[in-house]
Amino acid sequence: MSGSVIRTAGLTKRFGRVTAVDGVDLDVRDGDVYGFLGANGSGKTTTVRMLLGLVLATRGDAEVLGLSMPRHRHEVLPQVGALVEGPGAYDQLSGRANLRLFDAMGRAGAAGGRRTRERRVGEALERVGLAGIDRRPVRAYSLGMRQRLGLASALLRSPRLLVLDEPTNGLDPQGIHEIRELLLELNRTGVTVFLSSHLLAEIEQMCTRVGVLDRGRLVLQDELSTLHGPTGRTEVVTVDADRAATLLGDAVEHREGDRLLVRAGDPGRLNRHLVEAGCRVSLLAPERRSLEDVVLEASQGTGDRRDRQERAS
Amino acid sequence: MIRVELVKLLRSRRTWVTIALIDALPVLVAILLAVTGVGPRPGSGPAFLSAVLTDGTLYPLAALAMVVPLFLPVAVAVTAGEAVAGEGQAGTLRYVLIRPVGRTRLLVAKLVAVIVFALLAVVVVAVTAYVVGVTLLGQQDVTTGTATFSGTSLTTPELVARTLMSLGYAMLCMLGVAAIALFCSTLVDTPLAAALGAIAVLIASTLLLTLDAASALHPWLITRYWLAFTDLFRDPIFWRDILRGVGLQLLYVAVFLGAAWANFTTKDVTR
Repeated sequence: MSGSVIRTAGLTKRFGRVTAVDGVDLDVRDGDVYGFLGANGSGKTTTVRMLLGLVLATRGDAEVLGLSMPRHRHEVLPQVGALVEGPGAYDQLSGRANLRLFDAMGRAGAAGGRRTRERRVGEALERVGLAGIDRRPVRAYSLGMRQRLGLASALLRSPRLLVLDEPTNGLDPQGIHEIRELLLELNRTGVTVFLSSHLLAEIEQMCTRVGVLDRGRLVLQDELSTLHGPTGRTEVVTVDADRAATLLGDAVEHREGDRLLVRAGDPGRLNRHLVEAGCRVSLLAPERRSLEDVVLEASQGTGDRRDRQERAS
Repeated sequence: MIRVELVKLLRSRRTWVTIALIDALPVLVAILLAVTGVGPRPGSGPAFLSAVLTDGTLYPLAALAMVVPLFLPVAVAVTAGEAVAGEGQAGTLRYVLIRPVGRTRLLVAKLVAVIVFALLAVVVVAVTAYVVGVTLLGQQDVTTGTATFSGTSLTTPELVARTLMSLGYAMLCMLGVAAIALFCSTLVDTPLAAALGAIAVLIASTLLLTLDAASALHPWLITRYWLAFTDLFRDPIFWRDILRGVGLQLLYVAVFLGAAWANFTTKDVTR
């Protein structure tokens, strides 16, 4: 099973007259940390729900772990841990009791049965930093604790694939850092992580591959390193900016005080050129595109903004 | 999954509060009867109640006759209405389904839990009523037998057998209610709406039964044969309404469970 962990072809979902997801071709490979980016309302959650067999596709196919969904959900889902649109737990029960119940649901599968349940529950709680929780009901939990509990529930069966929708929602910076470390650690042990988020920074810090959804369409899907590719310009900061600008002439495409953006094939040669001309260079680096630029370029706008449509009459 | 649902049912405080509330009415009535000694005039008031004053051991039957027609259906409708819509509202439905628990299995487990709840309620009511009846209303010598509606006597084994049959019949009626509420629960987003939907069906049925113009509909109304279990205490047993009742309830269960299944298994879970 090398290659694709999630693969969809022309995946489409219509709710009445609204097309929420439109012909999406996802390709998530084994070992990826895949960032699924999109504005609010762009169809991320609907796509995730289709992958998990919660929402039935109008058209198109979805394969998860090499088997088609939702037909093979009973073989696929035991190997998948998921957090969909916020955690869900039985409010009146404690976190531990919740995990015990969820662990008892469905077929026991490879993870084992009742005898090893306490150990699994304990390990999952330990992993997400909830080992010390008491008997308080989930009702009394903070949003961050609920989020951690949801994650623990996703980890119960040592999944091969984690599908996480906005997993850091409600966590403080420290918590976000912990969860990021946890996910990266899991990824190192071979777990593929599919991370859906509208937070560019989160995706940029963790992911190896990125897919961008815009109004239900997948407008971009590539390795993050490729997207981050050099723009062919070099950023130069020098106190002798005037002299450098005269020296380089037309190659300077943009100037902002001491900072120049120079079109140059080889930054090393540019540096020598500047230094030999007596310019004191304090910073010189090839310019890379930021993920934000890439995403804004590829997508047309935010999903929750509704501008007035002028009607021609 | 059935085990999980039962654990949830038995650990829920609401289950026990509901049962306690249901149980409170027969206890109150027993106290009133014992204190005042005034029974309902023969032929009026809840079934069996006039017989109870002479024999407290009959009180469980009287208590069930009070509880089964009104309280129990409401409690069953609320519990079954919770089944899918309640999990949806709590945000747990999606996590249950991706464990994965098959949608059909989930429906069956929910239905079993509702019936266990109804049974539990009935058993609690019957036991308390027996204790309360014997202590407050006194006891005739059981060996002399207990009077039926027809004036003959039943031996204790006969009485027990007929009581169990009437319990089974009541459970089947509750299964009908549960099926309707379960269907509503797959249809709407809030458990309250589902429960009210099912209760509305019961109210409409009860109302139409009082209306002569609707007599063509009467044999098909869900509550039409609910009280037929009293026929089990005639001598000989008057089977006609009971059998019709069984058939009608099975029909309701089949139709509404089928509809619930068809709706739920093809539904987009977006909550």
